[in-house]
Amino acid sequence: MLLGFTSYYFGRKKAYSIQATNTRLTALPQFYGYYLAIWCAIPAFIIYSLWAIFEPSIVKLIILSDYSNQGYLDDELNLIYEKTKSLSRGQFSGEITPYLETSAEKYLNLRSIAQNSKIVLILAIIIASIVYGYKRISSNNRTREPVEKFLNAVLFTASLAAILTTIGIVFSLIFQTIDFFKVIPLFDFIFGTHWYPAKAFVRDASEPLDPSMYSDTFGAVPIFAGTFFIALIAMCVAIPIGLMSGIYLAEYASTKVRQYAKPLIEILAGIPTVVYGFFAALTVGPFLKDIGTAMGLEVSAESALAAGGVMGIMIIPFISSLSDDVITSVPQGLRDGSYAMGATKSETIKKVIFPAALPGIVGSILLGVSRAVGETMIVVMASGLAANLTFNPLESTSTITAQIVVILIGDQAFGDPKTQAAFALGMTLFLVTLSLNIFALRVVKKYREKYE
Amino acid sequence: MKKNGVKMIKINSKNVDVFYGKKQALFNINLDIEENQVTALIGPSGCGKSTYLRCLNRMNDVIDICRVKGQIIINDFDINDKSCDVVRLREKIGMVFQKPNPFPKTIYENISYGPTIHGMAQSKNEMDEIVETSLKKAALWEEVKDRLHEPGTGLSGGQQQRLCIARAISVKPEVILMDEPCSALDPIATAQIEELIDELKKDHTIIIVTHSMAQAARVSQNTGFFHLGELIEHGSTDKIFKNPENKRTQDYITGRFG
Repeated sequence: MLLGFTSYYFGRKKAYSIQATNTRLTALPQFYGYYLAIWCAIPAFIIYSLWAIFEPSIVKLIILSDYSNQGYLDDELNLIYEKTKSLSRGQFSGEITPYLETSAEKYLNLRSIAQNSKIVLILAIIIASIVYGYKRISSNNRTREPVEKFLNAVLFTASLAAILTTIGIVFSLIFQTIDFFKVIPLFDFIFGTHWYPAKAFVRDASEPLDPSMYSDTFGAVPIFAGTFFIALIAMCVAIPIGLMSGIYLAEYASTKVRQYAKPLIEILAGIPTVVYGFFAALTVGPFLKDIGTAMGLEVSAESALAAGGVMGIMIIPFISSLSDDVITSVPQGLRDGSYAMGATKSETIKKVIFPAALPGIVGSILLGVSRAVGETMIVVMASGLAANLTFNPLESTSTITAQIVVILIGDQAFGDPKTQAAFALGMTLFLVTLSLNIFALRVVKKYREKYE
Repeated sequence: MKKNGVKMIKINSKNVDVFYGKKQALFNINLDIEENQVTALIGPSGCGKSTYLRCLNRMNDVIDICRVKGQIIINDFDINDKSCDVVRLREKIGMVFQKPNPFPKTIYENISYGPTIHGMAQSKNEMDEIVETSLKKAALWEEVKDRLHEPGTGLSGGQQQRLCIARAISVKPEVILMDEPCSALDPIATAQIEELIDELKKDHTIIIVTHSMAQAARVSQNTGFFHLGELIEHGSTDKIFKNPENKRTQDYITGRFG
């Protein structure tokens, strides 16, 4: 770091001094500074990383070469190495043999040699590359291009990291899902109407896997239905309220009301979903149950209605805030044109502003749906975990996300169909949200072409 | 147009003041607009001519901080009076804006918009007829008759502006206000619109705000010159351009300021 700054300073200084002799530089002096700093940092960094990667294995090789003729197995050799390491740190509590003691000494020796030689090597490289870079700084050497290229490469790496991570996640999902479908037929998963993964969990692990016992266990229809049902309830709450409050904020509210109301609504978006969850489970659920009982209805305390309703409240700010933005960005000219024709405010909104803002509004709604389908906490807490196949909003049901939580809470074995079921569900969820997003984008694009 | 040798006054404004918040934009405007004539309002930017124009159909209502004082009398009725129905007023007084602003709808729907909200057509046939006559009057019919159900936003700038004019005349207004209708158009489209304005004055009283002196001279019979929120001078276009009374008018017209 320090060396980087100093080299920046020196590079710039040299550039200034060249400039002082009335030679025209090809780049600003700062570029020479950056150039030198990069030269100072990058080769040293690369060497350091390589060293850090290879040092432990080389040290290990040297230590274990002492034991190589004594017929140990690989596992035992590893154990010896670990013992040596902990002994050298003074944390070893087992029996100390003379062999181990010498190894530990040797290990410490090697480490300090490595440490010293590393420092020397790195310093040497830094100095060498600085000198090289410094020599290259002359008035006719271009420094702007390499610096820009370097920045380009850094930014590219950053975006590559994000993309690779996504691809990695998708692939891990795909492989686990494929494993799952090796045991459970795809048909049973998609069309089965009975979801009871606990059945798979109670099996005796020592027995070999018997696929037939899962035949009626992983039918995902109830949880797909539950997911879309709860999302539907949520959207029934969120779309009208969100849209109307968005329209109010954009068109009717005075500047002052808007100034206070908008942040207030956006606070809703900042509430953690866990809080919504226990609000739904402890306040709304029992409340609905009481009302239901008073009206002579059988209402479960963990009803789909409670979860969906609270989820809808959670989504309101998304829809209202986004549609407010979209409506506000409809050109004033369109409003003026409509008012000048003698249209009232509501006519203008209904016939001119709403159609013009529709792509954005549809986009915000689909984004809301996507949130509703992916929402976990509220459902886990408020809607029960039993996967009932029901369309009665007063009964409890479960969703994809809630089932994933149920499956992965506590101990699980990898490679077990029950665990893999979570991946299959995750994959399904991913595909659903992905297609929703693609669909949303297409809708938006289509309307945009039409109206612009 | 004169009836019995007397000029018919369509709009009569008395002591009109306009404020944006605390800032006064118009000072004591007294201006009579003759019926079935084209009146041009000229003046440097920010002089209040557009503000005055927007008073005439109460478009300033849309702006929160805007207040209008004084009387504007149209057909013996003060439009600033509380009993005035803004919807009816705007049906009578159409407006065309600086930038063409067709609605994001089809050409047909753009024209049928006004007649629909004012309940002017009883049947589909009647509506078709209104759309056709409006487009013909706006000299756009020939160009768009085969694509009435395509979006109005797909037309060229000049066509869009004529579409907006057709939209304005679809409700048969008595007065048409035009706020620099040609400023976003090329010379050919401008010429078409000017020709159209001349045609329209048979049936409508037209008030046009313009930055182009030449345009004012070409299309208008009367001219008003605004400067810094005041109406400096008004009268027949001939007189204003050839023999202005006020030195500032003369300076502006001859291009010495503004």
